[in-house]
Amino acid sequence: MPSYADVEVGTELPAQTFPVQRQHLVMYCGASGDFNIIHWNERVAKAVGLPDVIAHGMFTMAEAGRVVTDWVGDPGALLEYGVRFSKPVPVPDDDRGAQLTVRGTVEEKLDGNRVVVGLTATIDGDAAVLSGARAVVRLS
Amino acid sequence: MPLNRAFVGREYPAPDTYEVGREHLRQFADAIGDQNPLYHDPAAARAAGHPDVIAPPTFLTVLGFRFGMSSPIVDPDLGLNYALVVHGEQRFEHHRPVRAGDVLTSVSRVADIRNAGRNELMTMVTEVTADDERVATLTSTLVSRGTAQQEA
Repeated sequence: MPSYADVEVGTELPAQTFPVQRQHLVMYCGASGDFNIIHWNERVAKAVGLPDVIAHGMFTMAEAGRVVTDWVGDPGALLEYGVRFSKPVPVPDDDRGAQLTVRGTVEEKLDGNRVVVGLTATIDGDAAVLSGARAVVRLS
Repeated sequence: MPLNRAFVGREYPAPDTYEVGREHLRQFADAIGDQNPLYHDPAAARAAGHPDVIAPPTFLTVLGFRFGMSSPIVDPDLGLNYALVVHGEQRFEHHRPVRAGDVLTSVSRVADIRNAGRNELMTMVTEVTADDERVATLTSTLVSRGTAQQEA
């Protein structure tokens, strides 16, 4: 785990890119219990005006959170985590899927060895799919 | 049709407790592709000071689906058309990590319903406890697209 003393406002967390493929959505449906048809049925998703099957917002949130939990090692150190879902993540039926890139930066140092990490999440290099994404973690 | 504002302040206790099991935590972690040993290996979790494997930070979203049928969202009097709903915001406050073996009790409250342009925003706050110990507070905002009452 990074030490509070060594972290500064502006410290960047290691960025990660996560593939988001149809198989991931099917697994997430089963694990979360969220079987909303727009996450697995392209015909229905398109009929209600979506560009394609879209990822669960909570799946995107979970992937983005990994940048923070991988940085601290112990996910139990994550005290608060919040996001706004600004744009859906369409997931094409191909072998590549969407590519979700997540970056994190320390925005503030708080008392009690806590820091605020701001996160950005974009798909395929440009479109931001989360806004106001922030986590509070307790460092050693 | 606008949402029924009389729902603001109403509380919805989950009809049953929720038992957190190791295998479900592993399955959830696998579904998000996360091999952090603290989600999978009780010995690793104990070495890090936890009594058992812990849950990924967004795991408690499962409560909403487990107890969905007792949520105000499915009450016809609320007037919510689920086809018009998108998830707007989600926030977790973890008072302590969720772990295998927890028997969770949860109560959801309709905290707010308000207009945002043509849309309505409905915010629910869920308090999760285990044996009266506070575990987590979840705040989720749903967007009901295009249902706001427009001023004449």
